[in-house]
Amino acid sequence: METTLELTKAAADAPVPVVLDVNGRIHRLTLDSRVTLLDALRDHLGLTGTKKGCDRGECGACTVHIDGRAALSCLQFAVMAEGRAITTIEGLAGDAELHPVQEAFLAHDAFQCGFCTSGQIMSATTAIREGRAGSDAEIREVMSGNLCRCGAYPQIVAAVRAAAQGRD
Amino acid sequence: MQPFSFAVARSRAEAIALAAEPGTALVAGGTEIVNWMKDGIAAARRLVHLRDIPDLTAIEAGADGVRIGALARLADVADHPAVRQEFPAVAEALMASASAQIRTMATVGGNLLQRTRCPYFRAEAELPCNKRRPGSGCAMREGVDRQAAIFGASAHCVATHPSDLAVALAALDAVVHVEGPQGARAIPIGDFHRLPGHTPEVETALAPGELVTAVVVPASALARRSRYLKVRERASYEFALVSAAAAADLEGGTIRAARIALGGVAPKPWRLPAVEAALAGLRVDDAAALRRAIDTGFADARPGRNNGFRIELAARAALRALQAAGGGQ
Repeated sequence: METTLELTKAAADAPVPVVLDVNGRIHRLTLDSRVTLLDALRDHLGLTGTKKGCDRGECGACTVHIDGRAALSCLQFAVMAEGRAITTIEGLAGDAELHPVQEAFLAHDAFQCGFCTSGQIMSATTAIREGRAGSDAEIREVMSGNLCRCGAYPQIVAAVRAAAQGRD
Repeated sequence: MQPFSFAVARSRAEAIALAAEPGTALVAGGTEIVNWMKDGIAAARRLVHLRDIPDLTAIEAGADGVRIGALARLADVADHPAVRQEFPAVAEALMASASAQIRTMATVGGNLLQRTRCPYFRAEAELPCNKRRPGSGCAMREGVDRQAAIFGASAHCVATHPSDLAVALAALDAVVHVEGPQGARAIPIGDFHRLPGHTPEVETALAPGELVTAVVVPASALARRSRYLKVRERASYEFALVSAAAAADLEGGTIRAARIALGGVAPKPWRLPAVEAALAGLRVDDAAALRRAIDTGFADARPGRNNGFRIELAARAALRALQAAGGGQ
């Protein structure tokens, strides 16, 4: 039976081959099955823009896009993300210019230490694209999974509002 | 974390076959079990990923109600036009759940199977907890019991169930469909979660090897006028101190039938059948009469040392949810 084959292929502590599609590039890795997508991005692909805060799905610093939707990379084992299109903060902008949401965060001073900023921006871009950033109340609700210990929330709301309205 | 092998189940049959293998744990969205494995609450020799299995993911709405596949994402259910129109309490409960990121990952089946947020159960350094290690005791009974259950607890466990969705489903008489090696069966949502009794580690009616395949919510005039109210210490991204799902079928301004289920107060969604019976025939704009009827549901409430305030909070939440369902705010 096919399922039995698939199980016997991977003994519990043997590294497993994992193919990840990150920012439009295919990466072939060999990972312990316990490696989270977050750790694969940071420690194996060198994409350190995605931050590790709580590592328990509570702070939002590790937010990436999986198939175009905001998701927490600390709550996925990397093997679970095979076949998905993953976008990190490094893949958001074009070659020469920043993404409009990145521009808006700069223009509105929407960060202090910057540790949560990648996650904030990844959440904001999907919120705007999905039409969930129509009012300040809606922005606060849709961004509530991204904590900012510096307390830059008013500026973050202002930046998301401006980006949603298509201005800096 | 214990090492595990990994496999993907690509069909319903494959999922059921793999789930029956000893030492196997299932993962769908990952928002619960990944944390359990990191914290040593759960361990698996084999992890089976339930991914994109079409007949476990679909949301199918018809005249009789809606069938929500167990792998449907919370965000997709909350956005579904038929759910919003016919089962507003379900959509509201989902939109009040977790965060935007978690709602795009977490599934309906996983939501029902999430475990208590009791801080003693979730402690990174293990503390006495009969759910986590049967026989070890209950730290919350001796400790800070602000979050403890006020209904349905036992001497062995005072944890509450954290799902918002389950509370709305309980008010609307949803049915949980499960399947395992012995075949498929349907479990009313009120029987799906168990009270702790002497075995708090047994939390649901699922038999070993069974998995949730779908949740069916029957359509009704009550369901169409249902609402969900969640009271919490932050405006968003927080579990309930108390919550209430209510539904009302009115004739003129008089309640013909009502449903009320409370959340955050018990090891399972807490329906108030005696209150529902007492509400029939009352004017929906007579707040004092509604409140008297609701209070009868709290006669068997058993507060601990630090959580008595949640009785009054729950009664007020039930009243407001009922008034909202009855056409008010």
